Amino acid sequence: MDWDKFKVHGEPLIYGAMASIVLATIGIIVGLTYFKKWGYLWREWLTTVDHKRIGIMYILAALLMLFRGGVDAMMMKLQTAAPDMKFLDSQHYNEVFTTHGLIMILFMAMPFIIGLMNVIVPLQIGARDVAFPRLNAVSFWLFFFGAMLLNISFVIGGSPDAGWSAYFPLASIEFSPTVGNNYYSLALQISGIGTLLTGVNFIVTILKMRAPGMKLMKMPMFTWSVLITNVIIVFAFPVLTVALALMMFDRLFGSQFFTMANGGMDMLWANLFWVWGHPEVYIVVLPAFGIYSEIIATFSKKNLYGYTSMVFSMLIISLLSFLVWAHHFYTMGQGVMVNSFFSITTMAIAVPTGVKIFNWLFTLRKGRITFTTPMLYTLAFIPIFTIGGVTGVMLAMASADYQYHNTMFLVAHFHYVLIPGAVFAVIAGFHYWFPKVFGFRLNERLGKHAFWWIIISFNVAFFPLFILGLMGMTRRQYTYSADTGFGPLSMLSFVGAVGLMIGFVILVYNIYWSTRYEPRDTDGDPWDARTLEWATKSPIPAYNFAVVPTVKTRDAFWTSKMDKVPLFEDKITKIHMPSNTGKPFILGVIFFVAGFSLVFSLWIPAIISGVGILIVLAAMSFDRDHGFYIPVEEVIATEKKLRGETV
Amino acid sequence: MKIDASKPLEYSTEENSNKIFGFWVFLGAEIALFATLFTVYFVMVDRFASGPSGPDLFEIGPVMIETLLLLSSSFTIGLAVHAMRHGYQKAMMVFFGLTLLMGLGFLGIEIMEFVTYVHEGATLQTSGFLSSLFVLLGTHGAHVSFGFLWGAAILIQLKRQGITPATANKSFIFSLYWHFLDVVWIFIFSFVYLKGLM
Ligand code: HEM
Ligand SMILES: [Cu+2]
Repeated sequence: MDWDKFKVHGEPLIYGAMASIVLATIGIIVGLTYFKKWGYLWREWLTTVDHKRIGIMYILAALLMLFRGGVDAMMMKLQTAAPDMKFLDSQHYNEVFTTHGLIMILFMAMPFIIGLMNVIVPLQIGARDVAFPRLNAVSFWLFFFGAMLLNISFVIGGSPDAGWSAYFPLASIEFSPTVGNNYYSLALQISGIGTLLTGVNFIVTILKMRAPGMKLMKMPMFTWSVLITNVIIVFAFPVLTVALALMMFDRLFGSQFFTMANGGMDMLWANLFWVWGHPEVYIVVLPAFGIYSEIIATFSKKNLYGYTSMVFSMLIISLLSFLVWAHHFYTMGQGVMVNSFFSITTMAIAVPTGVKIFNWLFTLRKGRITFTTPMLYTLAFIPIFTIGGVTGVMLAMASADYQYHNTMFLVAHFHYVLIPGAVFAVIAGFHYWFPKVFGFRLNERLGKHAFWWIIISFNVAFFPLFILGLMGMTRRQYTYSADTGFGPLSMLSFVGAVGLMIGFVILVYNIYWSTRYEPRDTDGDPWDARTLEWATKSPIPAYNFAVVPTVKTRDAFWTSKMDKVPLFEDKITKIHMPSNTGKPFILGVIFFVAGFSLVFSLWIPAIISGVGILIVLAAMSFDRDHGFYIPVEEVIATEKKLRGETV
Repeated sequence: MKIDASKPLEYSTEENSNKIFGFWVFLGAEIALFATLFTVYFVMVDRFASGPSGPDLFEIGPVMIETLLLLSSSFTIGLAVHAMRHGYQKAMMVFFGLTLLMGLGFLGIEIMEFVTYVHEGATLQTSGFLSSLFVLLGTHGAHVSFGFLWGAAILIQLKRQGITPATANKSFIFSLYWHFLDVVWIFIFSFVYLKGLM
């Protein structure tokens, strides 16, 4: 065997990273053994099928990936902070922007959002769990091990280096001979299957498991956004599945899909990638819109303005999102008619998006606004996202795009959309729903500190990139000479990035601080909020609701508080629960081994793990465990305890 | 578990009807998957470079047999579900088994076809056209193979447990899957083979 393939050479940074990974792993193993936590970890987390715990694991993984993607970003910013820096060489820079983009979108933004929807959606619709709790665990572990597979690439064999969009022929075996892009195809494939299953699961959950009385048009806006997002997932992810499979065939088995000879067609990749890729950005942005809608309504003490138009604008956005993909390559020679078509569809998206912005503004109007941390992020989102949107319309004009294409202007644009449109939203949602899950709030003073650091630094980091782009600085450029004049603004942008990092450190510190010192909340509704998730206790009992609520209006919890109508009319009965299972975790591990073996073309382990996957699936099929019941007395006792009464 | 006797067995619990609905959603994703593969195939169909083209390669004989086998198996799985609704376990299992056997026959012929192609110098590596042909047919074939294993697992459970809400539900979902593969094959038959032979 050729051991050289596994090694990554020559970079002190990488040796440092290897050492820290090994040390961290040893630390975790020793720690778990010392505190005798293995059993706890296995019983309570690795085998759990509880949507809340799965959601928490998604969010933890996403925070970890935010750190990893952030380190990548800082390395790039340092490398370009001044002319002719020698911190990263070109190959390393290529790998870093590729993994940064992939990780931020696929392994940070999306799982963070999926995590929040796991925790919140069943509660918002008054359900006890998702439709298929075990499938949900499968989704999580496939996502998790896919992410891990991509993450080990930089120490074993080398990371993908052809950009997050992996255009051919650059990403072909000929021009990217390392295993990096094998990792790309397999890691994304594994986590992509997980995401697709999430899509199926949540569509069924939302359409079939709503509390009695909750008509579609009475659903909370976050649930609506999640429903539409999951429809996009179900139709967009199969395209990615195919694209990645073809990529794998080209790289591992010598097929001719994207090659330059023998009838291959490199542009086919670009098309397939973006047919998935553009809807993907809406997969992360639409739930963010949902989160903001909840927060604005709660902290303005008003119901959401223009509910119906909100829903319809999301539906229109989801349709249009499939019709704009070619705007990513106006300059790649597809002719005037095609470019005009995609130009128009792209600009059309601005209309429903504008409708949403105005609805939020009208909700705020004459509202009794409280400036909590989640609300601050929401208020900052509106203008910043609008800058991103307006520059998006500039880029949408095909003829003008010949000027902006692949410059820092574009990089500035998509960070101006993605960071307020996804990152601020998940941070806002995190602060907003944190007390629901853990029973205490994050400290407001620290939260606001972090907020100001993040908002100001974000603009300092990214606004200069618009100007740099217009000056002609291209993206993915690892260095430049002093006489280009890019130096000063690049340095300013670096300073902003450092500020962002400080903001995130304060945010994480706040979690630690609040865990120790924040007062515990007892009634489950710390923000005086409107939707059903606040109607149960915090922390949420395993069965969510002792009695399934009956819904009569939108914002059901709010009307029940205002008009004193009871939400819970039925008597407590025994509650059916699914039992935990280790099979999804095992399935994830085997998928990881299978993926790793394929990356290095180790056929025998790949075949063995393929058989292993089939065996686990068969075991799941033959499993006759139909769950268990929580008896009435236990439910009553739990409820009393959560209310602070002694049992 | 609440059992609603007014509904067919496979729909009788909430969990069961959720599973059926969920499978329909999943089939939506499968449609997107095959639609993408067909698109790739249509883009590639004239890009046979110096290798053989469709008309050079395709023969109607084996393809007809494949089609007949798969269509009949779709019919027998329908009969199996029909027998299941009447509670005839024996008949159901016979039809179910026949379905799987015909699926196996289909796979055998498809593999023989692939071997012939390769002997004629038409491999995955030859041209863009052949890559897309093999991946489209192969994905369908892989679905049939998976279906065979899955169906076999259900058949064993039927034998052990009889027709229960759980096994009825699994069998019904399997029948949806099998019909779907048949529909995909009809598209392959018409737009890959018949069109390629013209
Ligand atoms: C937290 C602060 C962040 C900083 C400082 C940052 C910085 C950067 C930099 C310097 C680049 C490379 C520009 C180039 O040379 O082409 C980049 C690329 C990119 N970033 Fe970020 N980024 C941040 C957050 C994010 C987030 C949150 C996302 C997505 C949700 C994201 C998505 C991307 C993508 C997709 C690319 C393109 C990668 C490629 O060229 O293949 N970034 N970012
Ligand atoms: Cu786009």
